[in-house]
Amino acid sequence: MSIEERVKKIIVEKLGVEPDEVVPHARFIEDLKLDSLHIIELVMTMEDEFETEISDAEAEKIKTVQDAIDYIRNHT
Amino acid sequence: MEERRVAVVTGGSRGIGRAVVQRLAASGHRVFFNHFDRDDAAQRETEALAPGALGFSVNVADAAAVKSFFEAVEKEAGRLDVLVNNAGITRDGFLVRMKEEDWDAVVDVDLKGVFLCMKSAARIMMKRHWGRIVNVASVVGQAGNAAQANYAAAKAGVIGLTRAAARELAPRFITVNAVAPGFIETDMTAALPENARDSIVAQTPLKRMGTAFEVAAAVEFLAGDDAAFITGQVLSVNGGLHM
Repeated sequence: MSIEERVKKIIVEKLGVEPDEVVPHARFIEDLKLDSLHIIELVMTMEDEFETEISDAEAEKIKTVQDAIDYIRNHT
Repeated sequence: MEERRVAVVTGGSRGIGRAVVQRLAASGHRVFFNHFDRDDAAQRETEALAPGALGFSVNVADAAAVKSFFEAVEKEAGRLDVLVNNAGITRDGFLVRMKEEDWDAVVDVDLKGVFLCMKSAARIMMKRHWGRIVNVASVVGQAGNAAQANYAAAKAGVIGLTRAAARELAPRFITVNAVAPGFIETDMTAALPENARDSIVAQTPLKRMGTAFEVAAAVEFLAGDDAAFITGQVLSVNGGLHM
């Protein structure tokens, strides 16, 4: 599975978002109606899935689906 | 994955913690507990009194040790439903003579230990959108007590921590509450001088010390389904000593 598919799978399965809503430009809070705790869950799950550590400062920059994918691409 | 609810009780080998381990095991939980005694005699006694409960030597003030303890529980049981932060120590002395290491030791175990365990436990609970965290505070954290500045500060801190965590974790259906025991017959209070015990009993409207099982009953209630609409609260179990 590609990084993109794995990140999308986390967003669908862990955060309960409909698969067809998980498009690259979708913003977590505004478009996907998630809350700040969801972002923390996303970051924690990505840390486990990709065996990496995401600092709070980096996590704050993850605002869209593409941001999450790009973070993993650039850090693993 | 374990079918029963899984509970972690810190400081579970003696006193209130042991009674909590016994009650939760009896009500169908799979219980893991820790202690940091010099030997594991009390751990084995607790395991014998609460069949199925498993004890481990873990210092709750050691971040790395706490992290691996919870990882081991999650690996073994696949879930975590209940956390009871009970581990606590005292190093009494008057403020003007209190040593820095006595302050640090009490705050490390009684306050930082609660933070570390909640941090690890909440990560696991968030995945299943259900959890019960019960912190054992103290009447001393509510009313203060001479010669216990360190303990009073740590226990008052636990109450603040309880309320902050209750707000943070409510969206994931994890409740966080505290019980505040008064003076309870345990090893900790057995160390008090006779006249101090008499004076406490005299000030307690119910005119006796409490038992560990009476505190454990309150913990069990807050850890169960019936307490689903209670969060961020402090339930005093103190014979009326503080109202």
